[in-house]
Amino acid sequence: MTTAQKNTHAIDISALKREDRKSVEQLETCIKVENLDLFYGQKQALHSVNMEMPHKKVTAYIGPSGCGKSTLLRCINRMNDLVDGVTIKGKILLDGDDIYDKSVNVAALRRRVGMVFQKPNPFPKTIYENVAYGLRIQGINDRRILDEVVEKSLRGAALWDEMKDRLNDNALGMSGGQQQRLVIARAIAIEPEVILLDEPASALDPISTLKIEELINELKEKYTIVIVTHNMQQAARVSDFTAFMYMGELIEFGETSELFTNPAKKQTEDYITGRYG
Amino acid sequence: MDNSKIKQHISRQFNEEMEDIRNKVLTMGGLVEQQVDLATKAFMGNDMENAEKVVQQDQYVNEMEKDIDHECTEIMAKRQPAAFDLRMLIATIKIITDLERIGDEAARIAKMTMRLEGADYYQDKYYEIEHLLNLVKDMLNGALDAYARNDVEEVIAITEQDAKVDREYTSITRQLITQMMENPRNITRALDMLWAARALERIGDHSCNVCEQVIYMVKGKDVRHLSREELERTVNSVR
Repeated sequence: MTTAQKNTHAIDISALKREDRKSVEQLETCIKVENLDLFYGQKQALHSVNMEMPHKKVTAYIGPSGCGKSTLLRCINRMNDLVDGVTIKGKILLDGDDIYDKSVNVAALRRRVGMVFQKPNPFPKTIYENVAYGLRIQGINDRRILDEVVEKSLRGAALWDEMKDRLNDNALGMSGGQQQRLVIARAIAIEPEVILLDEPASALDPISTLKIEELINELKEKYTIVIVTHNMQQAARVSDFTAFMYMGELIEFGETSELFTNPAKKQTEDYITGRYG
Repeated sequence: MDNSKIKQHISRQFNEEMEDIRNKVLTMGGLVEQQVDLATKAFMGNDMENAEKVVQQDQYVNEMEKDIDHECTEIMAKRQPAAFDLRMLIATIKIITDLERIGDEAARIAKMTMRLEGADYYQDKYYEIEHLLNLVKDMLNGALDAYARNDVEEVIAITEQDAKVDREYTSITRQLITQMMENPRNITRALDMLWAARALERIGDHSCNVCEQVIYMVKGKDVRHLSREELERTVNSVR
């Protein structure tokens, strides 16, 4: 038998067949936004937003400043409740439960939906205590459990190898990029279902940014992730789905690969290609 | 889709870079069109002077391919283009490959013409392929026009013309076979003619490839390897 003949037998083309590729319709919805309106006083900031974000995928919100993407993100763990004069109409369903229902315990909701902000905000405590904080306030003080969770979370945030010998150092002595990953470790320590990231890399240098992006890619195996970013290339790199928002409206929502190569709406195209709107 | 699409970036320099690429592709396309015309006419009329000119000019086509390729790569690295911009650059890189191949086919015809000098059948003229030449010139011209105007309306007509080209090529082949059977002394001449016809037929195929890339650029749909009906449906779909 010649080499060419051998090779012909060795190649498995089953992966190339179109019908075997997993379709978008098969994804399960994790967060569903229904007819969401939001007002800051008289001013309407979100106009009837509808979208479904799938389980264990990364959804990115993009759009110009003031388009409502951070506002929408903060609705998902009811952070806007803390702002005076906010009125919210419509529903957000997390695994089918309305998070704005009267019976919902907001603290419990925020345990299910963790959040990381633009600027890293570690507590002025040791690295260990930062990660253990969420468990401590739940009354868990068993050293063995805490040790285990701290290690697991720091590993999950790709920080363990760098920090395992410095667990008792003050977290404020870490670099910005490390602090941001520490905050992510703190968020995943309490095992949420969803992680909200509000421009998590915009205050970081390019290398730290890449580390965060790499981390996001690893985290989506376990968590549903929603990220707001001003960096469109970042959205294109890290997300599976992208939502483009403009003036409080959801203009287009779809698979990232499609939205960045062939957007359906002209407004989206103008924004992602840097044209006059 | 309007023609000014590439002129609306916030960055004026980006506009200029895209405009520059488009102009260069059209220049290259114009040069290639001229090469095909010149080469085939030189072949038909045993015009050695023009045949030589075509062979010499082929290097300009090659240079332009490299030049445009380089510029596209640079823009991608610098600007991270998306949507239409990205599709235009990708399509351009593929289109210039086809244009360069068309240039090669023209050079092939020209080289063949030069070989004919001194042959004993040299006095023969080869007008049988004139109709074929006109068909593929039309296709190439239409394809470049579609690229220049970001317009896919005429594209279906061009790809349909390819069927005509194939028919014409088959009929020339059949004619030549008959000639060869009638008199074996015709064989050398018939083979030359067959090669030239083959080159023109390939140019038609390359022009179709250019059209497919223009559809991708304008519509964002990959229409390669589709049947004629599927292609038509895609072109006529909204947006």
